Amino acid sequence: MSRKLSQKEYEKTFSYRFSVWLKGDKDPYMDRVEMKPQILKEEPEEVKKQHHIDELKEKHRAYDLEHNLEIKRFGKLYVVFSVVFCLFLVGVLLLGVSDLPSFGEKDNPVNNEVAERYIENGMEETGAVNIVTGMILDYRAFDTLGESHVLFIATCTVLILLRKDKKKREDEEDDRLHEPKNDVILQTAARFLVPLIIIFGVYIILCGHLGPGGGFSGGAVIGAGLIMYLNAFGFEKTEKFFRASTYKWMSFGALACYSLAKTYSFYTGANHIKSVIPLGIPGNILSSGLILLLNICVGIVVSGTMYAFYCMFRKGDF
Amino acid sequence: MDFVQNFPFFSIILSLFSGPFSAILEKKWAKRVNYFILFVIGAMSAMVFAYTLETRQAYVYIMGHFPAPWGNEIRFGILEAFMATFFCVIMLLCMVGGERERALEVEDTKQNLYYIMVNLLLCSLLALIYTNDLFTAYVFVEINTISACGLIMIRQNGRTIEAATRYMIMSLLGSGLLLLGICFLYSITGHLLMSNIQVAVHGLMASGLYQRPLMVAICLMAVGLAIKSALFPFHTWLPDAYGYSTVSSAAILSSLVSKGYIFLLVKIFYRVIGSDIIFNSKVIHILFIFGIAGMIMGSIDAIRENDIRRMIAYSSVAQIGYIYMGFGLGTTEGVIASIYHVLSHAATKSLLFITAAGLTDCTNGKRNIHEINGAGYRNKLAGVAFTVGALSMVGVPMFSGFISKLLFSKAAVGHTIKMLPTLIALAISTILNALYFMKTVIRIYSPIKDENAGEEYTCVKFYEQPLKSVAYILFIVLNVVMGLNSEPIIDCIRRGLEIFS
Repeated sequence: MSRKLSQKEYEKTFSYRFSVWLKGDKDPYMDRVEMKPQILKEEPEEVKKQHHIDELKEKHRAYDLEHNLEIKRFGKLYVVFSVVFCLFLVGVLLLGVSDLPSFGEKDNPVNNEVAERYIENGMEETGAVNIVTGMILDYRAFDTLGESHVLFIATCTVLILLRKDKKKREDEEDDRLHEPKNDVILQTAARFLVPLIIIFGVYIILCGHLGPGGGFSGGAVIGAGLIMYLNAFGFEKTEKFFRASTYKWMSFGALACYSLAKTYSFYTGANHIKSVIPLGIPGNILSSGLILLLNICVGIVVSGTMYAFYCMFRKGDF
Repeated sequence: MDFVQNFPFFSIILSLFSGPFSAILEKKWAKRVNYFILFVIGAMSAMVFAYTLETRQAYVYIMGHFPAPWGNEIRFGILEAFMATFFCVIMLLCMVGGERERALEVEDTKQNLYYIMVNLLLCSLLALIYTNDLFTAYVFVEINTISACGLIMIRQNGRTIEAATRYMIMSLLGSGLLLLGICFLYSITGHLLMSNIQVAVHGLMASGLYQRPLMVAICLMAVGLAIKSALFPFHTWLPDAYGYSTVSSAAILSSLVSKGYIFLLVKIFYRVIGSDIIFNSKVIHILFIFGIAGMIMGSIDAIRENDIRRMIAYSSVAQIGYIYMGFGLGTTEGVIASIYHVLSHAATKSLLFITAAGLTDCTNGKRNIHEINGAGYRNKLAGVAFTVGALSMVGVPMFSGFISKLLFSKAAVGHTIKMLPTLIALAISTILNALYFMKTVIRIYSPIKDENAGEEYTCVKFYEQPLKSVAYILFIVLNVVMGLNSEPIIDCIRRGLEIFS
């Protein structure tokens, strides 16, 4: 052998690794991305048999189309009726839409004194340069108050569906084991991107009253950042700072803050008491009265909701 | 402005706040907070009711610093305050009456989620009652739908999950149609505030513009709310949802959730479109026909049902049919009868659900009608209360159901074409009601069958479950009072409707 390098040293060189990679002898993800195989639980023979019999029975009862005339007839009627109904609905809606005022005309009923005041006095009355924010968080704040509670209650409902007691989780198949861990590419990218994404989200929330943005969109961006962090580093790291109780306190704090702030402004508004909250100079970051605070509250709720949904669908500790 | 006028707003914001607040509490405290809030809001609504009854006026309350067409507002009069008080009382009784089952059937870690759902449901019902803005109504319809879904599936078995899925699909279809209707109305009137829309709609009727979109909008909203409140052809989600969820959920869903939507429909008829336009349109004929079909088909389904809870659920379909038939008559008398029936059905159906749970409880959890023989002897108070509820549903004098049937027939007599079908449908439906309810009542007072003779049953004395007994007794009292002393209530509804729009 007329080789200058020993076998060991040769294996360390780039050309060797390249040739191995080219031939496909080595899996580049080995030792980097871990995948644990699922441990299948063996069911006793009797239970298996019983399951099989139950399945057959169920199939026989529900899908025996040849002998079950009722289902057969119902199936046909169902198809006919659904088609007829859809056509009818389409027809009615098209008829209705065809007579609506055409979009964007100057003298449409929509362009009335309501829109006029929003556009002309919006900045002056709410202190927000972005009149959409002024509209949803000041003029029509009650709707938005309800809307942020919709998010909260949606999370709670998903929690009802997906929350597992510790004991129950052990009995079920744990598909968290299937997930890849320590993906270097993702982790490296996440190290750069997550801080950027979160800072961008905070910017969108804080500047909601100055330009396009606001609590809903900014919260969604922050939530996406948190989800990316979770994907890259796994539950062990995220659960150090974000658990179910964190979500509860966060959303309670934000929603309570929102409710209290709005209680003050609704109460003073309805009783014709002058509000002591200054509107500030439109365009400044600290301006537009309560809108900044409300945007932050909405942002917290939205980001928490996004992240909580993702956690629950991945069987996080909620 | 008197301080009392703040109370409707306080009750909405209090119930809204208590939702997230329950999330951080222990389950025991969440329960206490829930009862406390129901009590406080009930008391506040009662004060508002007394206040409006004295002044006989409706009040507008601005939500924020901007007056009506720009900002949100709520509006309350006699009818709204009465409804809010009544709903709080019924909800409190349902929660108390179903407490034991709830503790058994809902997992420990999910108990306080249940109270979040109930608090936000209460908030959405109050907002639907008080709001004077169509879009606010839609936002709270969303909260209502989601929390109702949560209430159905919180007792987790396959049946409830399926029921919740069905409910979700049907209910979202209803919400979608309602939203489409609101969009149509907004683009032809340019307003979301109910009173302003009414002015604009009257202008459109006078000028003859946009007639077709207006009719489509009315139809979409009526059909959307009919789906959500389970009018006859859209009732398929109902029996499973009411039959298998935990009993306080079933009672709340049947007596309050569907009624909230019906109240919103009354509001749309009277305040958004204007009763004169609605009563002259053809939409009410459709509601009338489906209402009559529901009255009969719901009862027939209930007769064919052997599961006691599902039977009561099917009976709801029939009662919702009554309410829509009343709207379909197209007279103020008919609407008054419908609103009275909303109240009487709420009081009776929740009683029936809760007592049915009491009866099956002392029959080892068996719900089949053929197996509950003698349950009325084992739990005497539940037996009596169930009998009262059944008699009221059938329409025996002295109970609330009789008065609503009387009002329906009185309203029908004034109508030339619809009189005969209404009276015939009422008669048939009463007989069918009697068939299945009396069958059950006779069965719970019959001796135990021979084949079940060996089984051990537990007897429940009324002092063993004091809270539940109190709930039963209050429900009985409510039914009898509404049956014997209906005149002031009808008077309130009439006066409330006068200042409603």
